[in-house]
Amino acid sequence: MTRRLLLLGGLGLLVLLLSGLSLMAGRVWVPWSAWTQAAQDPRWAIIFELRLPRTILAVAVGAALGLSGAVMQGYTRNPLADPGVMGVSSMAALGAVMTMYLSLSLATPWLLFAAAMIGAVVGVAVMLVLAGGTGGTITFILAGVILNTVASAGVALALSLAPSPWAAQEIINWLLGSLADRSADDVWRALPFIAIGSGLMLMLGRALDALTLGETGARALGIDLNLTRVLLAVGVGLASGASVAVTGMIGFVGLITPHLMRPLVGHQPGALLAPSAVAGAALVLAADILVRLTPSVAEVRLGVAMAAVGGPFFLALLISMRRRLA
Amino acid sequence: MRDLVADNLTVALGGRPVLAGVSARFRPGEVTAVVGPNGAGKSTLLACLAGLRRPDAGRVSLDGEPILGLAPRQRARRIGFLPQTPEVAWAVDVETLVGLGRTPHSGAHGLSEADHAAVQAALVRTRMTGLARRDVTTLSGGERARALLARVLAGEPSWLLADEPLAGLDPGHQLDAVDLMRAFAAEPGHGVVMTLHDLGVALRLADRVLVLRDGALIADAAPLEALTPAVLERAYGVKAAIVSGAWGPLIELIGRVDD
Repeated sequence: MTRRLLLLGGLGLLVLLLSGLSLMAGRVWVPWSAWTQAAQDPRWAIIFELRLPRTILAVAVGAALGLSGAVMQGYTRNPLADPGVMGVSSMAALGAVMTMYLSLSLATPWLLFAAAMIGAVVGVAVMLVLAGGTGGTITFILAGVILNTVASAGVALALSLAPSPWAAQEIINWLLGSLADRSADDVWRALPFIAIGSGLMLMLGRALDALTLGETGARALGIDLNLTRVLLAVGVGLASGASVAVTGMIGFVGLITPHLMRPLVGHQPGALLAPSAVAGAALVLAADILVRLTPSVAEVRLGVAMAAVGGPFFLALLISMRRRLA
Repeated sequence: MRDLVADNLTVALGGRPVLAGVSARFRPGEVTAVVGPNGAGKSTLLACLAGLRRPDAGRVSLDGEPILGLAPRQRARRIGFLPQTPEVAWAVDVETLVGLGRTPHSGAHGLSEADHAAVQAALVRTRMTGLARRDVTTLSGGERARALLARVLAGEPSWLLADEPLAGLDPGHQLDAVDLMRAFAAEPGHGVVMTLHDLGVALRLADRVLVLRDGALIADAAPLEALTPAVLERAYGVKAAIVSGAWGPLIELIGRVDD
Protein backbone atom coordinates (compact mmCIF):
# COMPACT_ATOMS: atom_id res chain seq x y z
CA MET A 1 0.00 0.00 0.00
CA THR A 2 2.72 2.47 0.97
CA ARG A 3 4.69 1.43 -2.10
CA ARG A 4 1.71 2.26 -4.25
CA LEU A 5 1.29 5.67 -2.65
CA LEU A 6 4.99 6.30 -3.18
CA LEU A 7 4.65 5.41 -6.85
CA LEU A 8 1.56 7.58 -7.26
CA GLY A 9 3.37 10.45 -5.55
CA GLY A 10 6.40 10.01 -7.81
CA LEU A 11 4.26 9.91 -10.94
CA GLY A 12 2.30 12.95 -9.75
CA LEU A 13 5.56 14.84 -9.25
CA LEU A 14 6.64 13.84 -12.76
CA VAL A 15 3.37 15.21 -14.18
CA LEU A 16 3.95 18.48 -12.30
CA LEU A 17 7.49 18.83 -13.60
CA LEU A 18 6.41 18.01 -17.15
CA SER A 19 3.55 20.51 -16.85
CA GLY A 20 6.04 23.22 -15.95
CA LEU A 21 8.24 22.22 -18.87
CA SER A 22 5.20 22.15 -21.14
CA LEU A 23 4.46 25.78 -20.28
CA MET A 24 8.06 26.78 -21.09
CA ALA A 25 8.74 24.70 -24.17
CA GLY A 26 7.93 25.37 -27.80
CA ARG A 27 9.00 27.61 -30.69
CA VAL A 28 9.37 30.42 -28.16
CA TRP A 29 11.16 29.39 -25.02
CA VAL A 30 9.54 31.04 -21.99
CA PRO A 31 11.72 30.56 -18.92
CA TRP A 32 10.45 30.55 -15.38
CA SER A 33 11.64 34.13 -14.84
CA ALA A 34 9.22 35.47 -17.47
CA TRP A 35 6.21 34.05 -15.63
CA THR A 36 6.46 36.38 -12.71
CA GLN A 37 6.81 39.58 -14.71
CA ALA A 38 3.07 39.72 -15.09
CA ALA A 39 1.17 41.05 -18.03
CA GLN A 40 3.70 43.37 -19.66
CA ASP A 41 5.68 40.54 -21.16
CA PRO A 42 4.20 39.49 -24.53
CA ARG A 43 5.19 35.94 -23.75
CA TRP A 44 2.60 35.95 -21.01
CA ALA A 45 -0.14 35.43 -23.56
CA ILE A 46 1.74 32.47 -25.01
CA ILE A 47 1.77 30.78 -21.64
CA PHE A 48 -1.76 31.43 -20.52
CA GLU A 49 -3.69 31.46 -23.78
CA LEU A 50 -1.84 28.81 -25.77
CA ARG A 51 0.23 26.58 -23.55
CA LEU A 52 -1.91 26.40 -20.43
CA PRO A 53 -4.98 24.96 -22.23
CA ARG A 54 -2.69 22.63 -24.13
CA THR A 55 -1.01 21.44 -20.95
CA ILE A 56 -4.27 20.92 -19.07
CA LEU A 57 -5.72 19.00 -22.00
CA ALA A 58 -2.60 16.84 -22.32
CA VAL A 59 -2.92 15.85 -18.66
CA ALA A 60 -6.69 15.24 -18.85
CA VAL A 61 -6.63 13.34 -22.14
CA GLY A 62 -3.62 11.27 -21.09
CA ALA A 63 -5.28 10.34 -17.81
CA ALA A 64 -8.57 9.49 -19.54
CA LEU A 65 -6.87 7.29 -22.13
CA GLY A 66 -4.54 5.55 -19.64
CA LEU A 67 -7.44 4.84 -17.31
CA SER A 68 -9.71 3.67 -20.15
CA GLY A 69 -7.00 1.27 -21.28
CA ALA A 70 -6.51 -0.14 -17.76
CA VAL A 71 -10.28 -0.57 -17.29
CA MET A 72 -10.79 -2.25 -20.66
CA GLN A 73 -7.84 -4.59 -20.17
CA GLY A 74 -9.17 -5.50 -16.73
CA TYR A 75 -12.72 -6.10 -17.91
CA THR A 76 -11.79 -8.14 -20.98
CA ARG A 77 -8.92 -9.92 -19.18
CA ASN A 78 -7.01 -9.12 -22.32
CA PRO A 79 -3.70 -7.21 -22.16
CA LEU A 80 -4.14 -5.99 -25.74
CA ALA A 81 -7.36 -4.06 -25.14
CA ASP A 82 -7.63 -0.27 -25.26
CA PRO A 83 -10.11 2.26 -26.69
CA GLY A 84 -8.21 2.29 -30.00
CA VAL A 85 -7.90 -1.47 -30.48
CA MET A 86 -11.49 -2.09 -29.41
CA GLY A 87 -12.89 0.47 -31.83
CA VAL A 88 -14.23 2.85 -29.19
CA SER A 89 -12.07 5.76 -30.40
CA SER A 90 -13.07 5.09 -34.00
CA MET A 91 -16.73 5.18 -33.06
CA ALA A 92 -16.17 8.46 -31.23
CA ALA A 93 -14.35 9.80 -34.30
CA LEU A 94 -17.22 8.70 -36.51
CA GLY A 95 -19.65 10.63 -34.32
CA ALA A 96 -17.45 13.73 -34.43
CA VAL A 97 -16.86 13.47 -38.17
CA MET A 98 -20.59 13.30 -38.80
CA THR A 99 -21.05 16.70 -37.17
CA MET A 100 -18.19 18.12 -39.24
CA TYR A 101 -19.63 16.61 -42.39
CA LEU A 102 -22.96 18.25 -41.66
CA SER A 103 -21.07 21.49 -40.88
CA LEU A 104 -22.63 21.62 -37.44
CA SER A 105 -19.40 21.65 -35.51
CA LEU A 106 -18.51 25.31 -36.03
CA ALA A 107 -21.89 26.79 -35.16
CA THR A 108 -22.46 24.57 -32.14
CA PRO A 109 -19.14 23.10 -30.97
CA TRP A 110 -20.74 21.13 -28.14
CA LEU A 111 -22.54 19.00 -30.73
CA LEU A 112 -19.20 17.56 -31.77
CA PHE A 113 -18.53 16.59 -28.15
CA ALA A 114 -21.96 15.09 -27.71
CA ALA A 115 -21.69 13.11 -30.95
CA ALA A 116 -18.21 11.82 -30.07
CA MET A 117 -19.31 10.69 -26.63
CA ILE A 118 -22.47 9.05 -27.98
CA GLY A 119 -20.32 7.29 -30.57
CA ALA A 120 -17.93 6.06 -27.87
CA VAL A 121 -20.71 4.82 -25.55
CA VAL A 122 -22.34 3.02 -28.49
CA GLY A 123 -18.93 1.56 -29.32
CA VAL A 124 -18.39 0.14 -25.82
CA ALA A 125 -21.98 -1.12 -25.67
CA VAL A 126 -21.72 -2.88 -29.03
CA MET A 127 -18.44 -4.42 -27.94
CA LEU A 128 -19.99 -5.70 -24.69
CA VAL A 129 -22.96 -7.17 -26.59
CA LEU A 130 -20.87 -8.71 -29.38
CA ALA A 131 -18.52 -10.29 -26.89
CA GLY A 132 -21.50 -11.46 -24.84
CA GLY A 133 -21.48 -13.48 -21.65
CA THR A 134 -19.00 -15.98 -23.01
CA GLY A 135 -16.49 -13.21 -23.83
CA GLY A 136 -13.33 -15.05 -24.83
CA THR A 137 -10.26 -12.97 -25.73
CA ILE A 138 -10.73 -13.70 -29.42
CA THR A 139 -14.37 -12.57 -29.40
CA PHE A 140 -13.37 -9.24 -27.88
CA ILE A 141 -10.61 -8.68 -30.40
CA LEU A 142 -12.94 -9.58 -33.26
CA ALA A 143 -15.58 -7.24 -31.86
CA GLY A 144 -12.91 -4.52 -31.94
CA VAL A 145 -11.95 -5.35 -35.52
CA ILE A 146 -15.61 -5.16 -36.59
CA LEU A 147 -16.18 -1.81 -34.85
CA ASN A 148 -12.97 -0.34 -36.26
CA THR A 149 -13.87 -1.47 -39.76
CA VAL A 150 -17.41 -0.12 -39.64
CA ALA A 151 -16.35 3.19 -38.09
CA SER A 152 -13.47 3.69 -40.56
CA ALA A 153 -15.84 2.97 -43.43
CA GLY A 154 -18.21 5.63 -42.09
CA VAL A 155 -15.40 8.16 -41.77
CA ALA A 156 -14.14 7.37 -45.29
CA LEU A 157 -17.65 7.78 -46.63
CA ALA A 158 -18.02 11.18 -44.95
CA LEU A 159 -14.64 12.22 -46.41
CA SER A 160 -15.48 11.15 -49.94
CA LEU A 161 -18.89 12.79 -49.85
CA ALA A 162 -17.64 15.92 -48.07
CA PRO A 163 -19.64 18.97 -49.20
CA SER A 164 -16.52 21.08 -49.71
CA PRO A 165 -12.75 20.58 -49.86
CA TRP A 166 -12.62 22.78 -46.80
CA ALA A 167 -14.78 20.34 -44.78
CA ALA A 168 -12.67 17.40 -45.95
CA GLN A 169 -9.51 19.24 -44.89
CA GLU A 170 -10.99 19.99 -41.50
CA ILE A 171 -11.90 16.33 -40.98
CA ILE A 172 -8.44 15.10 -42.00
CA ASN A 173 -6.66 17.64 -39.80
CA TRP A 174 -8.77 16.70 -36.84
CA LEU A 175 -8.41 12.94 -37.41
CA LEU A 176 -4.61 13.12 -37.23
CA GLY A 177 -4.80 14.00 -33.57
CA SER A 178 -3.16 17.02 -32.02
CA LEU A 179 -3.17 19.27 -28.99
CA ALA A 180 -2.03 22.36 -30.86
CA ASP A 181 -4.11 25.56 -30.79
CA ARG A 182 -6.69 24.34 -28.30
CA SER A 183 -8.51 27.11 -26.43
CA ALA A 184 -9.80 27.53 -22.92
CA ASP A 185 -13.29 26.81 -24.31
CA ASP A 186 -12.10 23.39 -25.41
CA VAL A 187 -10.81 22.77 -21.89
CA TRP A 188 -14.16 23.67 -20.34
CA ARG A 189 -16.04 21.48 -22.78
CA ALA A 190 -13.89 18.39 -22.31
CA LEU A 191 -12.85 18.55 -18.68
CA PRO A 192 -16.21 17.90 -16.94
CA PHE A 193 -16.92 14.79 -19.01
CA ILE A 194 -13.40 13.44 -18.62
CA ALA A 195 -13.69 13.99 -14.86
CA ILE A 196 -17.09 12.27 -14.59
CA GLY A 197 -16.05 9.38 -16.83
CA SER A 198 -12.80 8.89 -14.91
CA GLY A 199 -14.67 8.98 -11.60
CA LEU A 200 -17.00 6.23 -12.81
CA MET A 201 -14.08 4.14 -14.01
CA LEU A 202 -12.23 4.50 -10.70
CA MET A 203 -15.28 2.92 -9.01
CA LEU A 204 -14.69 -0.32 -10.95
CA GLY A 205 -11.59 -1.50 -9.07
CA ARG A 206 -13.24 -4.18 -6.94
CA ALA A 207 -15.30 -5.54 -9.83
CA LEU A 208 -12.25 -5.72 -12.11
CA ASP A 209 -10.24 -7.47 -9.39
CA ALA A 210 -13.01 -10.03 -8.92
CA LEU A 211 -13.19 -10.58 -12.69
CA THR A 212 -9.70 -12.09 -12.40
CA LEU A 213 -11.69 -15.22 -11.47
CA GLY A 214 -13.84 -14.98 -14.62
CA GLU A 215 -17.46 -13.90 -14.88
CA THR A 216 -18.84 -16.80 -12.83
CA GLY A 217 -16.19 -16.24 -10.20
CA ALA A 218 -16.98 -12.53 -10.00
CA ARG A 219 -20.72 -13.15 -9.71
CA ALA A 220 -20.11 -15.73 -7.01
CA LEU A 221 -18.21 -13.02 -5.11
CA GLY A 222 -21.32 -10.84 -5.17
CA ILE A 223 -20.31 -8.52 -8.03
CA ASP A 224 -23.24 -7.09 -10.00
CA LEU A 225 -21.91 -7.50 -13.54
CA ASN A 226 -24.74 -5.56 -15.16
CA LEU A 227 -23.95 -2.53 -13.04
CA THR A 228 -20.26 -3.04 -13.87
CA ARG A 229 -21.04 -3.01 -17.61
CA VAL A 230 -23.14 0.15 -17.36
CA LEU A 231 -20.43 1.97 -15.37
CA LEU A 232 -17.81 0.76 -17.84
CA ALA A 233 -19.76 1.83 -20.93
CA VAL A 234 -20.62 5.28 -19.58
CA GLY A 235 -17.23 5.83 -17.92
CA VAL A 236 -15.09 4.81 -20.91
CA GLY A 237 -17.57 6.44 -23.30
CA LEU A 238 -17.55 9.85 -21.63
CA ALA A 239 -13.83 9.98 -20.91
CA SER A 240 -12.48 8.62 -24.18
CA GLY A 241 -15.28 10.24 -26.22
CA ALA A 242 -14.53 13.69 -24.80
CA SER A 243 -10.80 13.06 -25.33
CA VAL A 244 -11.26 12.13 -28.97
CA ALA A 245 -13.56 15.11 -29.45
CA VAL A 246 -10.93 17.57 -28.26
CA THR A 247 -7.75 16.01 -29.68
CA GLY A 248 -8.76 13.69 -32.50
CA MET A 249 -7.38 10.17 -32.59
CA ILE A 250 -4.44 9.55 -30.27
CA GLY A 251 -3.80 5.84 -30.13
CA PHE A 252 -1.71 3.46 -28.03
CA VAL A 253 -1.75 5.49 -24.79
CA GLY A 254 -4.40 3.22 -23.28
CA LEU A 255 -2.61 0.14 -24.55
CA ILE A 256 0.91 1.01 -23.41
CA THR A 257 0.33 2.66 -20.04
CA PRO A 258 -1.00 -0.35 -18.08
CA HIS A 259 1.92 -2.42 -19.41
CA LEU A 260 4.40 0.17 -18.15
CA MET A 261 2.73 0.06 -14.72
CA ARG A 262 2.45 -3.73 -14.27
CA PRO A 263 6.10 -4.29 -13.36
CA LEU A 264 5.72 -1.57 -10.71
CA VAL A 265 2.34 -2.34 -9.13
CA GLY A 266 1.67 -5.96 -10.13
CA HIS A 267 -1.05 -7.41 -12.29
CA GLN A 268 -4.07 -6.81 -10.05
CA PRO A 269 -6.42 -4.85 -12.34
CA GLY A 270 -7.89 -2.62 -9.63
CA ALA A 271 -4.47 -1.56 -8.35
CA LEU A 272 -3.50 -0.52 -11.89
CA LEU A 273 -6.26 2.06 -12.34
CA ALA A 274 -4.95 5.14 -10.54
CA PRO A 275 -1.29 4.65 -11.57
CA SER A 276 -2.34 4.14 -15.20
CA ALA A 277 -4.28 7.41 -15.14
CA VAL A 278 -1.34 9.41 -13.78
CA ALA A 279 1.19 7.65 -16.01
CA GLY A 280 -1.04 8.23 -19.05
CA ALA A 281 -1.03 11.94 -18.24
CA ALA A 282 2.77 11.95 -18.00
CA LEU A 283 3.09 10.01 -21.26
CA VAL A 284 0.89 12.32 -23.35
CA LEU A 285 2.45 15.40 -21.76
CA ALA A 286 5.96 14.17 -22.54
CA ALA A 287 5.00 13.21 -26.09
CA ASP A 288 3.39 16.62 -26.68
CA ILE A 289 6.52 18.43 -25.46
CA LEU A 290 8.73 16.31 -27.74
CA VAL A 291 6.43 17.00 -30.67
CA ARG A 292 6.76 20.74 -30.08
CA LEU A 293 10.53 20.58 -29.82
CA THR A 294 10.99 18.49 -32.96
CA PRO A 295 12.58 20.75 -35.58
CA SER A 296 10.30 20.56 -38.59
CA VAL A 297 8.47 23.01 -40.87
CA ALA A 298 5.02 22.11 -39.57
CA GLU A 299 4.55 20.57 -36.14
CA VAL A 300 4.49 16.76 -36.15
CA ARG A 301 1.00 15.57 -35.19
CA LEU A 302 0.77 14.07 -31.72
CA GLY A 303 -1.45 11.23 -32.96
CA VAL A 304 1.10 10.39 -35.65
CA ALA A 305 4.00 10.52 -33.19
CA MET A 306 2.18 8.25 -30.71
CA ALA A 307 1.43 5.77 -33.49
CA ALA A 308 5.06 5.79 -34.56
CA VAL A 309 6.15 4.89 -31.02
CA GLY A 310 3.12 2.74 -30.16
CA GLY A 311 3.18 0.51 -33.22
CA PRO A 312 6.58 -1.03 -32.50
CA PHE A 313 5.66 -1.33 -28.82
CA PHE A 314 2.51 -3.24 -29.73
CA LEU A 315 4.56 -5.54 -31.94
CA ALA A 316 7.11 -6.18 -29.18
CA LEU A 317 4.23 -6.95 -26.82
CA LEU A 318 2.74 -9.49 -29.22
CA ILE A 319 6.10 -11.18 -29.69
CA SER A 320 6.75 -11.45 -25.95
CA MET A 321 3.21 -12.81 -25.41
CA ARG A 322 3.76 -15.45 -28.08
CA ARG A 323 6.99 -16.45 -26.40
CA ARG A 324 5.28 -16.77 -23.02
CA LEU A 325 2.47 -18.88 -24.46
CA ALA A 326 4.76 -21.09 -26.52
CA MET B 1 -33.35 -23.95 10.10
CA ARG B 2 -29.90 -23.12 8.65
CA ASP B 3 -30.59 -25.48 5.78
CA LEU B 4 -30.06 -24.93 2.10
CA VAL B 5 -33.20 -26.15 0.39
CA ALA B 6 -33.87 -26.83 -3.29
CA ASP B 7 -37.54 -26.99 -4.07
CA ASN B 8 -38.72 -28.48 -7.37
CA LEU B 9 -35.90 -26.92 -9.43
CA THR B 10 -36.60 -27.00 -13.15
CA VAL B 11 -34.26 -25.71 -15.85
CA ALA B 12 -34.50 -26.19 -19.61
CA LEU B 13 -31.80 -25.25 -22.11
CA GLY B 14 -32.88 -24.96 -25.73
CA GLY B 15 -35.95 -27.12 -25.13
CA ARG B 16 -33.94 -29.87 -23.45
CA PRO B 17 -34.69 -30.36 -19.76
CA VAL B 18 -31.50 -29.98 -17.71
CA LEU B 19 -33.14 -30.17 -14.30
CA ALA B 20 -36.58 -31.73 -14.02
CA GLY B 21 -38.09 -30.92 -10.68
CA VAL B 22 -35.18 -31.55 -8.28
CA SER B 23 -35.94 -31.16 -4.57
CA ALA B 24 -33.35 -31.71 -1.87
CA ARG B 25 -32.48 -30.40 1.57
CA PHE B 26 -28.87 -29.81 2.59
CA ARG B 27 -28.05 -29.61 6.28
CA PRO B 28 -25.09 -28.03 8.04
CA GLY B 29 -22.49 -30.53 9.20
CA GLU B 30 -22.86 -32.67 6.10
CA VAL B 31 -20.63 -33.19 3.10
CA THR B 32 -22.95 -33.99 0.22
CA ALA B 33 -21.67 -35.37 -3.07
CA VAL B 34 -23.70 -34.91 -6.25
CA VAL B 35 -22.86 -37.60 -8.81
CA GLY B 36 -24.25 -38.66 -12.15
CA PRO B 37 -23.20 -39.14 -15.77
CA ASN B 38 -21.96 -36.25 -17.94
CA GLY B 39 -24.77 -33.88 -18.78
CA ALA B 40 -27.02 -35.07 -15.95
CA GLY B 41 -27.40 -31.51 -14.63
CA LYS B 42 -24.91 -31.56 -11.74
CA SER B 43 -23.29 -28.21 -12.51
CA THR B 44 -26.66 -26.58 -13.21
CA LEU B 45 -27.97 -27.79 -9.87
CA LEU B 46 -24.92 -26.37 -8.11
CA ALA B 47 -25.22 -23.01 -9.91
CA CYS B 48 -28.89 -22.81 -8.86
CA LEU B 49 -27.97 -23.64 -5.26
CA ALA B 50 -25.33 -20.90 -5.32
CA GLY B 51 -27.88 -18.37 -6.52
CA LEU B 52 -25.95 -17.84 -9.76
CA ARG B 53 -28.64 -19.21 -12.01
CA ARG B 54 -32.35 -18.49 -11.99
CA PRO B 55 -34.31 -21.74 -12.42
CA ASP B 56 -37.25 -21.71 -14.86
CA ALA B 57 -39.39 -23.00 -12.04
CA GLY B 58 -38.88 -23.88 -8.40
CA ARG B 59 -36.68 -22.09 -5.93
CA VAL B 60 -33.70 -22.32 -3.61
CA SER B 61 -33.88 -21.00 -0.08
CA LEU B 62 -31.27 -20.47 2.59
CA ASP B 63 -32.37 -20.22 6.23
CA GLY B 64 -35.91 -20.03 4.89
CA GLU B 65 -35.21 -17.01 2.65
CA PRO B 66 -35.32 -17.26 -1.15
CA ILE B 67 -31.74 -17.06 -2.31
CA LEU B 68 -32.49 -14.90 -5.34
CA GLY B 69 -34.05 -12.34 -2.98
CA LEU B 70 -30.72 -11.77 -1.21
CA ALA B 71 -28.49 -8.88 -2.27
CA PRO B 72 -25.55 -10.32 -4.26
CA ARG B 73 -23.06 -9.25 -1.57
CA GLN B 74 -25.09 -10.84 1.24
CA ARG B 75 -25.47 -14.04 -0.74
CA ALA B 76 -21.75 -14.10 -1.52
CA ARG B 77 -20.90 -13.78 2.18
CA ARG B 78 -22.89 -16.89 3.01
CA ILE B 79 -22.21 -19.10 0.00
CA GLY B 80 -18.71 -19.76 -1.26
CA PHE B 81 -18.70 -21.10 -4.82
CA LEU B 82 -15.78 -22.84 -6.49
CA PRO B 83 -16.43 -23.02 -10.25
CA GLN B 84 -15.34 -25.93 -12.40
CA THR B 85 -11.94 -25.27 -14.03
CA PRO B 86 -11.60 -21.85 -12.38
CA GLU B 87 -10.02 -19.12 -14.43
CA VAL B 88 -7.21 -16.93 -13.06
CA ALA B 89 -6.76 -14.26 -15.70
CA TRP B 90 -3.79 -12.30 -14.34
CA ALA B 91 -0.43 -13.27 -12.89
CA VAL B 92 -1.26 -12.19 -9.33
CA ASP B 93 0.43 -13.72 -6.28
CA VAL B 94 -1.31 -16.29 -4.11
CA GLU B 95 -2.07 -13.85 -1.31
CA THR B 96 -3.76 -11.43 -3.71
CA LEU B 97 -5.78 -14.28 -5.19
CA VAL B 98 -6.90 -15.46 -1.76
CA GLY B 99 -7.68 -11.83 -0.86
CA LEU B 100 -10.23 -11.77 -3.69
CA GLY B 101 -12.29 -14.11 -1.52
CA ARG B 102 -12.83 -11.13 0.80
CA THR B 103 -14.60 -9.14 -1.96
CA PRO B 104 -18.09 -9.53 -0.39
CA HIS B 105 -16.73 -8.19 2.93
CA SER B 106 -14.22 -5.53 1.95
CA GLY B 107 -14.96 -1.86 1.45
CA ALA B 108 -13.91 0.39 -1.37
CA HIS B 109 -10.53 1.07 0.24
CA GLY B 110 -9.04 -2.37 0.07
CA LEU B 111 -8.70 -5.01 2.76
CA SER B 112 -9.15 -4.27 6.46
CA GLU B 113 -7.26 -5.87 9.36
CA ALA B 114 -10.03 -8.46 9.71
CA ASP B 115 -9.80 -9.20 5.98
CA HIS B 116 -6.05 -9.77 6.22
CA ALA B 117 -6.54 -12.03 9.23
CA ALA B 118 -9.07 -14.15 7.31
CA VAL B 119 -6.70 -14.39 4.36
CA GLN B 120 -3.85 -15.54 6.61
CA ALA B 121 -6.13 -18.09 8.31
CA ALA B 122 -7.18 -19.49 4.94
CA LEU B 123 -3.52 -19.71 3.85
CA VAL B 124 -2.64 -21.59 7.04
CA ARG B 125 -5.55 -24.01 6.64
CA THR B 126 -4.58 -24.87 3.10
CA ARG B 127 -0.84 -24.96 3.97
CA MET B 128 -0.17 -22.23 1.41
CA THR B 129 1.55 -19.75 3.76
CA GLY B 130 4.98 -20.56 2.35
CA LEU B 131 3.73 -19.92 -1.19
CA ALA B 132 1.89 -16.68 -0.39
CA ARG B 133 4.22 -14.55 -2.56
CA ARG B 134 4.32 -16.96 -5.48
CA ASP B 135 2.81 -16.01 -8.81
CA VAL B 136 -0.36 -18.11 -9.28
CA THR B 137 0.55 -18.94 -12.89
CA THR B 138 3.71 -20.72 -11.73
CA LEU B 139 1.94 -23.09 -9.30
CA SER B 140 1.51 -26.82 -9.92
CA GLY B 141 -2.01 -28.18 -10.39
CA GLY B 142 -2.29 -29.31 -6.78
CA GLU B 143 -0.98 -26.03 -5.36
CA ARG B 144 -3.29 -24.08 -7.61
CA ALA B 145 -6.30 -26.10 -6.43
CA ARG B 146 -5.31 -25.41 -2.81
CA ALA B 147 -4.91 -21.69 -3.54
CA LEU B 148 -8.37 -21.54 -5.12
CA LEU B 149 -9.86 -23.41 -2.18
CA ALA B 150 -8.13 -20.95 0.15
CA ARG B 151 -9.76 -18.17 -1.88
CA VAL B 152 -13.21 -19.58 -1.06
CA LEU B 153 -12.36 -20.23 2.60
CA ALA B 154 -11.09 -16.67 3.04
CA GLY B 155 -14.63 -15.43 2.42
CA GLU B 156 -15.74 -17.28 5.59
CA PRO B 157 -18.95 -18.60 4.01
CA SER B 158 -21.37 -20.95 5.79
CA TRP B 159 -21.76 -23.05 2.68
CA LEU B 160 -19.07 -24.31 0.35
CA LEU B 161 -20.37 -25.32 -3.08
CA ALA B 162 -17.66 -26.83 -5.26
CA ASP B 163 -18.06 -27.94 -8.88
CA GLU B 164 -15.70 -30.85 -9.61
CA PRO B 165 -13.11 -29.74 -7.06
CA LEU B 166 -11.11 -32.95 -7.48
CA ALA B 167 -10.91 -32.94 -11.29
CA GLY B 168 -7.33 -33.09 -12.48
CA LEU B 169 -5.80 -33.75 -9.05
CA ASP B 170 -3.60 -36.73 -8.23
CA PRO B 171 -4.83 -39.09 -5.46
CA GLY B 172 -2.78 -37.40 -2.73
CA HIS B 173 -4.07 -33.95 -3.57
CA GLN B 174 -7.60 -35.33 -3.89
CA LEU B 175 -7.39 -36.58 -0.32
CA ASP B 176 -5.99 -33.22 0.84
CA ALA B 177 -8.89 -31.39 -0.78
CA VAL B 178 -11.48 -33.74 0.69
CA ASP B 179 -9.87 -33.41 4.14
CA LEU B 180 -10.12 -29.63 3.90
CA MET B 181 -13.77 -29.81 2.94
CA ARG B 182 -14.54 -32.29 5.72
CA ALA B 183 -12.80 -30.04 8.25
CA PHE B 184 -14.83 -27.10 6.93
CA ALA B 185 -18.12 -28.97 7.26
CA ALA B 186 -17.23 -30.02 10.82
CA GLU B 187 -17.42 -26.42 12.01
CA PRO B 188 -20.75 -25.30 13.45
CA GLY B 189 -23.23 -24.05 10.88
CA HIS B 190 -21.09 -25.09 7.89
CA GLY B 191 -22.04 -27.41 5.05
CA VAL B 192 -20.46 -28.64 1.82
CA VAL B 193 -22.05 -29.65 -1.49
CA MET B 194 -19.76 -30.82 -4.28
CA THR B 195 -20.18 -32.48 -7.62
CA LEU B 196 -17.94 -35.48 -8.18
CA HIS B 197 -17.03 -37.93 -10.90
CA ASP B 198 -15.13 -40.34 -8.68
CA LEU B 199 -17.72 -42.71 -7.18
CA GLY B 200 -15.12 -44.24 -4.87
CA VAL B 201 -14.51 -40.86 -3.23
CA ALA B 202 -18.25 -40.25 -2.96
CA LEU B 203 -18.76 -43.65 -1.33
CA ARG B 204 -15.94 -43.30 1.18
CA LEU B 205 -15.83 -39.63 2.05
CA ALA B 206 -19.30 -38.11 1.64
CA ASP B 207 -21.98 -38.13 4.32
CA ARG B 208 -24.67 -38.19 1.72
CA VAL B 209 -24.88 -38.81 -2.01
CA LEU B 210 -27.33 -37.44 -4.57
CA VAL B 211 -27.50 -39.27 -7.89
CA LEU B 212 -28.77 -37.32 -10.90
CA ARG B 213 -29.78 -38.75 -14.23
CA ASP B 214 -31.23 -36.66 -17.08
CA GLY B 215 -31.98 -33.87 -14.64
CA ALA B 216 -33.92 -36.00 -12.21
CA LEU B 217 -32.86 -37.14 -8.77
CA ILE B 218 -32.83 -40.94 -8.67
CA ALA B 219 -31.22 -41.38 -5.26
CA ASP B 220 -30.69 -39.19 -2.19
CA ALA B 221 -29.35 -41.07 0.81
CA ALA B 222 -26.28 -42.15 2.76
CA PRO B 223 -23.53 -43.36 0.35
CA LEU B 224 -24.13 -47.07 0.75
CA GLU B 225 -27.87 -46.69 0.32
CA ALA B 226 -27.60 -44.30 -2.62
CA LEU B 227 -24.87 -46.02 -4.62
CA THR B 228 -26.49 -49.43 -5.00
CA PRO B 229 -25.92 -51.63 -8.05
CA ALA B 230 -29.49 -50.89 -9.21
CA VAL B 231 -28.98 -47.11 -9.01
CA LEU B 232 -25.60 -47.30 -10.74
CA GLU B 233 -27.14 -49.33 -13.54
CA ARG B 234 -29.92 -46.77 -13.98
CA ALA B 235 -27.61 -43.77 -13.77
CA TYR B 236 -24.58 -44.89 -15.77
CA GLY B 237 -25.71 -48.03 -17.59
CA VAL B 238 -22.97 -50.07 -15.91
CA LYS B 239 -22.97 -53.28 -13.95
CA ALA B 240 -21.25 -52.78 -10.63
CA ALA B 241 -20.94 -54.49 -7.30
CA ILE B 242 -20.31 -53.00 -3.89
CA VAL B 243 -17.66 -55.15 -2.24
CA SER B 244 -16.06 -54.78 1.16
CA GLY B 245 -12.39 -53.94 0.94
CA ALA B 246 -9.89 -54.12 3.76
CA TRP B 247 -10.63 -50.50 4.78
CA GLY B 248 -14.28 -50.17 3.79
CA PRO B 249 -16.69 -50.59 0.92
CA LEU B 250 -15.48 -50.39 -2.67
CA ILE B 251 -17.25 -50.15 -6.00
CA GLU B 252 -16.22 -52.81 -8.44
CA LEU B 253 -17.07 -52.07 -12.04
CA ILE B 254 -18.02 -55.19 -13.96
CA GLY B 255 -18.93 -53.78 -17.34
CA ARG B 256 -21.52 -52.14 -19.52
CA VAL B 257 -25.11 -53.28 -19.26
CA ASP B 258 -26.04 -54.97 -22.54
CA ASP B 259 -28.96 -53.32 -24.17
